[in-house]
Amino acid sequence: MAKRIDVSGLSAYYGSVRAIEDISLTVEPRTVTAFIGPSGCGKSTVLRTLNRMHEVIPGTRVEGKVMLDDVDLYGAGIDPVAVRRTIGMVFQRPNPFPTMSIYENVAAGLRLNGVRGKSDTDGIVEQSLRGANLWNEVKDRLNKPGMGLSGGQQQRLCIARAIAVSPDVLLMDEPCSALDPISTLAIEDLIAQLKNEYTIVIVTHNMQQAARVSDRTAFFNIEGTGKPGKLIEIDDTPRIFANPSQRATEDYITGRFG
Amino acid sequence: MSLSHPSPIRKVKNSAAMVLMALAFLVALVPLISILWTVISKGLKSLNGDFLSHSMRNISPQQTGGGAYHAILGVLEQVAIAAAITIPLSLLVAIYLVEYGRGRLAQAVTFFVDVMMGLPSIVAALFVLSFWILGLGFHASGFAVSLALLILMMPIAIRSTEEMLRLVSSALREASYALGVSKWRTIVRVVLPTALPGIVTGMMLGIARIMGETAPALLLAGATDSINGNPFNGPQGSLPLFVYNSSQSSLQATIDRGWAAALTLIIIVMLLNLFARLIAWWKAPAAAR
Repeated sequence: MAKRIDVSGLSAYYGSVRAIEDISLTVEPRTVTAFIGPSGCGKSTVLRTLNRMHEVIPGTRVEGKVMLDDVDLYGAGIDPVAVRRTIGMVFQRPNPFPTMSIYENVAAGLRLNGVRGKSDTDGIVEQSLRGANLWNEVKDRLNKPGMGLSGGQQQRLCIARAIAVSPDVLLMDEPCSALDPISTLAIEDLIAQLKNEYTIVIVTHNMQQAARVSDRTAFFNIEGTGKPGKLIEIDDTPRIFANPSQRATEDYITGRFG
Repeated sequence: MSLSHPSPIRKVKNSAAMVLMALAFLVALVPLISILWTVISKGLKSLNGDFLSHSMRNISPQQTGGGAYHAILGVLEQVAIAAAITIPLSLLVAIYLVEYGRGRLAQAVTFFVDVMMGLPSIVAALFVLSFWILGLGFHASGFAVSLALLILMMPIAIRSTEEMLRLVSSALREASYALGVSKWRTIVRVVLPTALPGIVTGMMLGIARIMGETAPALLLAGATDSINGNPFNGPQGSLPLFVYNSSQSSLQATIDRGWAAALTLIIIVMLLNLFARLIAWWKAPAAAR
């Protein structure tokens, strides 16, 4: 189920402004890759081009190739809606649907795409909630509103919702930055479990989190305001933190800027 | 400059401002209370079951008895038809403006909605008179009134629906897109349900507004004392028109009936508002209750 991502020559624009330039990297299946870099360097933009969410904003465009196994996601005739069904995303602020219960939230990806069959849905909801480490906490109140949970629980609900549609890849855009340390730990443990089944890419501005959680780390940087973000270095996590090959990476990791 | 002594002048200014605000509030309440008092005290004595269930057929103006049933039925039917046409149309326009419209068409639509907001009701009625009745040759009917009412309700409905849709956080739309849900499905299954309480309130406010419009009924409803349940054929009664006609008379019986009708109109509008609040409360995102 988990697939490999190959990015080559990727650039993304907001109108005429080039936000990221010539990004090339590979993400192996069943690994966790972290994108780190200072604010505004384009790491979220790169993430959003991977599941074609970038083009939801009006006036944007993307150049280059993103290969999912052997399919170019930006090829002619590829349906962006179908791409987003195979590549799931979890956002910085938990965003459960407010009019839906916990059960309905997890089932939303299935129901809104027209999958019928209550018995199937029951099974998938339970499996997803177990997968997100939320089942035991909510199994007695599946019909209660999704908004009634704590921040950390809401984020795990969003993760359950994302994995309920069985994506090949899971993208996470700073999933813990709105959460307290205990919830953060819970989600990091969850990521360690999820990587056995999914390919995961996580954007984080917390370097220690990247060091804890990821197998490979990509460092992005920006030369100055108005300039596009670039990929400076991507390597195995222990090596990039102990012995980076680029000066800019070392400066960022040691806290000289960022 | 001392940190521990608030300047006495500031205290005085504070108190003066609070007194002014309280006074302003009371002054604003005066017309509301005096209207309610006047209408209730003058209308309550004639408001009874007979009044609500009889028309003016075969009752001459100086006789007591009779009622406004034909007028109540008329206004309810006219408003219902106007609302039935306006609600789906305004929903679609608002969805277009918020979710899809980017270019010149959206700007033009917004501009015309703004213009229509300020349209006087007599002008809307005149338009329907010249277009529907004089132009196309139809006769005075409840439906003609509905046409004018929907012109008046449409901009309010569009504007308030638009505001409610914009209030839905874009994070919710993104969550839905990220699940691989198409745009139209996202709008219908996520955005609209989330905005629903506000949309219902807006629609009810629009309905409450047109419920009391007299000009369309004056020009387009024709004149009748009898019950006409068919809004498409023949003159139909209208409650605001009933009130107006009663006010032109110097006969006590007629005047009494006019006050009772005015009270009925206010009660209907109030019930609608309560109903709107009930729906909004029931449908509110559960955590907000």
